[in-house]
Amino acid sequence: MDELLSELAAFFGGSVDSGPFGTNDGLVLTLLLLVIPMLLGLALSIPLAFARNSASAWIAKPVWMYTYLFRGTPMLVQLFLIYYGLAQFDVVRDSSLWDYLRDPYCCALLALTLNTTAYTTEILAGQLRRIDWREIEAAQSLGMSRWTMSRRIMLPSALRRALPAYSNEVIMLLHGTSIVSLVTLTDITGVARHIYSDTYNPFQPFIIAGVIYLLLTWLITRVFMKMERRWLAFLKPMTQSKREQKPS
Amino acid sequence: MINLYLEHIVAGVGVTLLIALGSLLIAIVLGLFGAVCKLSDFRALHVLSDAYSTIVRGVPELVWMLFLYFGAQIWLNQLCAWLHVDSIDIDPMMAGIVTIGFIYGAYMTETFRGAILAVPKGQLEAGLSLGMSAQRVLVRITLPQMVVHALPGFANNWMVLVKSTALVSVLGVSDLMHRAALAKSATGNAFGVYLAVCLVYLAITSVSIWLLRLCEQRFSRGIRKAA
Repeated sequence: MDELLSELAAFFGGSVDSGPFGTNDGLVLTLLLLVIPMLLGLALSIPLAFARNSASAWIAKPVWMYTYLFRGTPMLVQLFLIYYGLAQFDVVRDSSLWDYLRDPYCCALLALTLNTTAYTTEILAGQLRRIDWREIEAAQSLGMSRWTMSRRIMLPSALRRALPAYSNEVIMLLHGTSIVSLVTLTDITGVARHIYSDTYNPFQPFIIAGVIYLLLTWLITRVFMKMERRWLAFLKPMTQSKREQKPS
Repeated sequence: MINLYLEHIVAGVGVTLLIALGSLLIAIVLGLFGAVCKLSDFRALHVLSDAYSTIVRGVPELVWMLFLYFGAQIWLNQLCAWLHVDSIDIDPMMAGIVTIGFIYGAYMTETFRGAILAVPKGQLEAGLSLGMSAQRVLVRITLPQMVVHALPGFANNWMVLVKSTALVSVLGVSDLMHRAALAKSATGNAFGVYLAVCLVYLAITSVSIWLLRLCEQRFSRGIRKAA
């Protein structure tokens, strides 16, 4: 029982003696690796999605190339390319960025961000293309500039309708974070692997890790369901009571 | 020096493809079975397939892979001890194929379930009214017509599946990634080595996109498009 408790505490960055959350290992690290790339990815993908749909090939093609490269290769290879690959260039080693790029945590953040930005860009760009032409014409007829129209009409509309696909992407990102244990980081999977190599008992650690991931996945699904109910309410079929309220 | 290793890495594409295609086969079988179970009237089958697709899709591939590979070995050892036979070592390649197949079977379950539901009900009723048995309707009417609805989701699952095969190198299978890791240690040229792996994966996904587009064209012959 004591053994189970100390194993359980390890997933929350602590031990039986020190209590949970002594270090940033386990759950905290996984959450950091989920939330930081998610927010950065979302911020980066908004301008990139507009660029991806740009009429100018000089702007659209490079973005297409970026998403094609990052969506066409495994995230594990991208991570290894950054973590092991960049170190061999003197330019990188001599630059001030080297302090960050030698750190597996920063490399993981970089790889996860680049990866999720590529997927999010494609999701958003797809929704931007699918905006009803009448919404655009209505905005133009009101004399909105392109910038105002993008900001007030296109972006809110695309962001809302991207929610279901984006919730999948966030879950994929959460599951993607598990590979950082392969570059020495001790996220949830990393803790499980450490316990396994200490005890040679795969059941306890990997089941605990699995349950934590399952709960996190469930939580993400719930949050997005709530958001969809709020922001996609206009897409839901009208209920009886609403139809009755409508003036005939 | 790296050229020598590049040949060796690219030779790993066969192993990667074998794992991907083998697990795809398992995933399709499990997915069809799961989808039919999910739509069946039997409560037990329904609950079981629901649990399968929810739990499997909620946990990362790497965790499943390590858990099943190490766990199954212990179960197998105990079974062998119980039967008083020599213990058998699980082949990591088989373990990889079975695990990835098992995981993507859950994703296929969801894809196929949606596709089966997309087949108009009148088609099934027409089949039943001609005196076909329920199994016959499934095989002759539902499954051929669900293909076109399943293809987009199927294509997506296949892409993710191919990329997740990179993880089997953790079990020690000599796929692209594993060979690349050896070449990396030998040459010190990690960037070149992993760039080569990237290009091979890119080639696989590019060819897949092209082939799946051909399939989509073929299977949507009977679908009328808006002008």
